[in-house]
Amino acid sequence: MWRDALLVAGKDLRVELRSRVALAEVAPFALVVLVLFGLALGPDRSVLQNVATGLFWVAALLATVLAVQRSFAIEAADDARDGLRLSGLDPAGVFAGKGLAIAAQLVVIEIVLAVVAALLFDVHLSGGLTLIAICVAATTGLVAVGTVYGAVAARARVRETLLPLLFLPVVAPVLLAAVKASKAALAGTPSHGYGWLELLGVFAVVYVAVGAVAFGPLVED
Amino acid sequence: MTVTSTPLKEQPGRAVDVASSPRRLRRSASTRRDRLVAALGLLALIGVVIDVWLGLWVTPPDQTLGNLVRLLYIHPALAWVMYIAYGIAFLSSILYLWPRTRSPRFDHLAGAAAEVGVVFTGLTLVTGSIWGRPTWGTWWTWDPLLTTTALLFVLYLGYLAVRRVPGDPATRAKRSAVAALVAFIDVPVVYFSVLWWRSLHQLPTVDDPVTGKTYVHGSMAWTLLLSFVSFSLVFLWLLIHRYRLSLLAEKESDELLAIAMAERRGEVAR
Repeated sequence: MWRDALLVAGKDLRVELRSRVALAEVAPFALVVLVLFGLALGPDRSVLQNVATGLFWVAALLATVLAVQRSFAIEAADDARDGLRLSGLDPAGVFAGKGLAIAAQLVVIEIVLAVVAALLFDVHLSGGLTLIAICVAATTGLVAVGTVYGAVAARARVRETLLPLLFLPVVAPVLLAAVKASKAALAGTPSHGYGWLELLGVFAVVYVAVGAVAFGPLVED
Repeated sequence: MTVTSTPLKEQPGRAVDVASSPRRLRRSASTRRDRLVAALGLLALIGVVIDVWLGLWVTPPDQTLGNLVRLLYIHPALAWVMYIAYGIAFLSSILYLWPRTRSPRFDHLAGAAAEVGVVFTGLTLVTGSIWGRPTWGTWWTWDPLLTTTALLFVLYLGYLAVRRVPGDPATRAKRSAVAALVAFIDVPVVYFSVLWWRSLHQLPTVDDPVTGKTYVHGSMAWTLLLSFVSFSLVFLWLLIHRYRLSLLAEKESDELLAIAMAERRGEVAR
């Protein structure tokens, strides 16, 4: 299964390296979201500092929707999906592979976003290790749900509108926990956020398991 | 979509298309089932009427909440039905995904339950909001139960959106079963995260029928109990009808397809 996962992830990342959609379109989109939030909430520095973590994670959520859509658009072009299905790869491996590729792209986007958000909203990035752990756990959860729903919405003609409607309510707890945990980490009291970090971890484990099991029926037809 | 209800009684204009069908032979069995469902509907109606009468006229106003307490006779029962509905949708989705029990009937049942569940979620939100305005002074508060219910509403609207996607019924059934699975697992996670988020402010005590029972006595307790029973009956009645409608709608589209294909074959043969 892991060999299959690495094959699929490698393929998706190669497509990304050659087309640069995530880097050239998704990442700038997320930055636009941050700037728009800044405009909407006004130039008051203390307000922006207070909501910066929330804005960062909302932008990351929206970027996830786009990254997942992109990941399944690759499979829709030239009926690549049928090729993937005929290749005899383990469905759980395909799930893990697509998830890994999306997660790799998201981590890059999140790093860019974090740096820009820190500059725009005047936040000092501290508590490095905890922040990394939060990002990894939250991204895993987001990507697990996103990949399952990406496959659910994949062949629907209304997929562009269906995916956000399905995805965003499910990951509401991730948003909540990630904001709380990173706020605690940035405030210099990371231990206050450990409970939230655990929640992120549980969410990620549950949905990775659900995805690995449910991906089979989704791709077999 | 408009579908005629089974069986087609005393409608000469419409009876033509079923007259030649073997379904007519099963008519006596289906009328018996119809009568049972109608009796269930009648029972539900009687229950609701008695509940309204008890709730509005017989029971006394509450010491602290006054007449507002009368919302207690609908709101918790609506929420209860909502959870039952989503539970049924979840279980039948699991049964559909499990290869040994896979049957289109479970898919129809899941869809019917979720649809009725969304209606009851909407009603729960509306009655909760009506309750909140005079008691808490606001239409909306970020209380764990309220927030969870609102997210549930959106989650299952998404599920219904998956069900509306046109395509092969088996593919759609699998997709929606997975969506139901993902959505239902999210419910406890959402609840506990929101509970935790608001833990400093407010705990769900007003909405909780279990803890609420400590100050509910006599006629009020009976009215509350009756509301649970009669709303459950209403739910069951709606569920059966929605389920049958769903089966009929599929049958209709299958038969229309068969007719269209037969016509097409006729054209080709000519």
